[in-house]
Amino acid sequence: MNKVFDATSMTDLDEGVLDRGAFVSEEIYRQELQTVFTRAWLFVGHESQIPNPGDFFSSRMGEESVILVRDKASVIHVFLNSCRHRGMKVCRYDQGNTSLFTCPYHAWTYATDGKVRGIPQYKELYDGVLDREKWSLIEVPKMVNYKGTIWASWDENAPDFETYLGEAKLHLDQALDCRDGRPGGSEVIGVHKWVFPSNWKFAAENFLGDSYHNPSHRSVDLIGIGPSARQGIKGRRDNELEMAKHVWIGFAAGHGVHSAVQAMGAEYVSQFANDPEIEAYFRHCHEERNQRLGDDARLLPFTGTIFPNTSYHGRQPRNLCVWHPHSPTETEGWRFFFVDADAPTKVKDFLRRFYMRYSGPAGMTEQDDMENWLYATKASTGTIARRYAFNYQLARDQAHLDPEVNGLTVRGRVNTKMTEHMARGYYRRWKAYLDCADWDELLGRNDPRFAATKKGSPQ
Amino acid sequence: MDIKEHTPTIIRDDAYFRLRQEVEEFFYDEAAMLDERRFDEWLDLMHDDIVYFMPMRRNVKFGMHQDREDTLLEEGMSWFNEDKWTLEKRVEQIMTGVHYAEEPLSRVSHLVTNVQVTSAFPDAANATEINTSCRFYIYQNRVEHEHYSFVGRRYDTLVRDGGRMQVRHRRIILDQNVLLAKCLTAFF
Repeated sequence: MNKVFDATSMTDLDEGVLDRGAFVSEEIYRQELQTVFTRAWLFVGHESQIPNPGDFFSSRMGEESVILVRDKASVIHVFLNSCRHRGMKVCRYDQGNTSLFTCPYHAWTYATDGKVRGIPQYKELYDGVLDREKWSLIEVPKMVNYKGTIWASWDENAPDFETYLGEAKLHLDQALDCRDGRPGGSEVIGVHKWVFPSNWKFAAENFLGDSYHNPSHRSVDLIGIGPSARQGIKGRRDNELEMAKHVWIGFAAGHGVHSAVQAMGAEYVSQFANDPEIEAYFRHCHEERNQRLGDDARLLPFTGTIFPNTSYHGRQPRNLCVWHPHSPTETEGWRFFFVDADAPTKVKDFLRRFYMRYSGPAGMTEQDDMENWLYATKASTGTIARRYAFNYQLARDQAHLDPEVNGLTVRGRVNTKMTEHMARGYYRRWKAYLDCADWDELLGRNDPRFAATKKGSPQ
Repeated sequence: MDIKEHTPTIIRDDAYFRLRQEVEEFFYDEAAMLDERRFDEWLDLMHDDIVYFMPMRRNVKFGMHQDREDTLLEEGMSWFNEDKWTLEKRVEQIMTGVHYAEEPLSRVSHLVTNVQVTSAFPDAANATEINTSCRFYIYQNRVEHEHYSFVGRRYDTLVRDGGRMQVRHRRIILDQNVLLAKCLTAFF
């Protein structure tokens, strides 16, 4: 493959500058589709969306439509949503239950395990020529059900998902695990889908831990929309991390998170004050979690991005969001909202209402993010604008490997101040994908910044 | 309370047309308040117990539309599932002057049409509760080149107390699946 994106003086991530072409160039975008979205692990959906045999959910990987389906034997598959004959989508429903995917074009049908079931007039027209076994729906070579979340990669040589996550796993877990510390146990209560005219990486980068963009959210912080706002508490969420040490962490494979470590013996910060019953529920979860996880319970999530395009909000609100690329300057956001499956209905209702006023295109907080991403993209497309790189020097050369924070060892490259080192690391890895590097390189195994991590663990 | 769409059975006599005219005037006044950014006045038209709901709409197999096409009120995620407090918050946010998705303010026009009264209680002449249906076209233009069209149906329950009419329940059916807009900052 031709390299169309070369490191020039415009891109020097050690210096902390990145060519704007990364966000607006058609050539780089085509290369991303070919080198990033064909190899990296991508989030596809959640098992709670397909609880029964025959249940399916239409999803996406990069620009392309895929079907997440539970077959008649209850095995989960991810298929390319395209008939093997002439490519027509075999499923144009958002979700449902079926025993067959029927192509409307020439009526080829496929069973829920992807195998060809019927080809019209097969005996007269194809017998002895077409081998049905070879014309199943295209299935992803790599798929995993990780704590109920389904991820897939088109690269059969991709490392297994947990290796891919590396030390970021601990942080993703905080979003996926029950509020009382039991592993997994989440369910999806709805998916927002919307398009916005921005490069997909603005959104991904935002969740890597760009806490520096806080001024964008001044309006919601001023008026108060959080789970305690009806009691006059300002801010867009409860500030449970008020007394915690915040940590901004970059990981070898390009993931980045913003989490926090509570001090030892820290007092519980009251939350969810809008409703005493909800307040009591979460206080109980907090105590259970402390019991269950011990000292590790002091680590709490805020946001993160799993390379390349899956971001999470870990607590308030709680969701995974996938930034599907449409073009260099257009993105489709799919946000999957999470609650504990066994939480009381009243708790789920409370959270749902908070999520709706916070997140996505109707959310009072994220509307202001999208305004930034749109006009940052738009104002970077110009010939003159593209002569000037973006600045990524925030807190450069200040991160430390595997430090102790509040007495807890935090794995990865960590800063306790706002920083852009996660973004610098993300784009180093992104460039390696564009350069068609091998998996050692993509996982950052050759990156000296993570050398001690490499020694200390299988990473 | 969730009003299902159906062909109105109300008798279209003089009392009906008088009531419909009153409803139309109410909707036009409301649209003017929004388009002229008189948000506080608009909030006064919203009943203290308002349910303001916009479902997400899914592509479902034929025969499943009634049950599965729209997300449900108070069940799972939707676009809006608001009460008076959140509507007040949305107005309050715009009035901070630093809600960047509405700063500078968008230019918005609400076109309300196909207005019908579907039922009135106790009757059209003395109605204190009026169920209505209409179509909306909301045009939003923002900054320079950004523009969005929101088209769909609205099912409102209006309550009248003396001379005062208010919206008690609003179900907004937007004709989109993937939302073709970066934000829903406009009121519907």
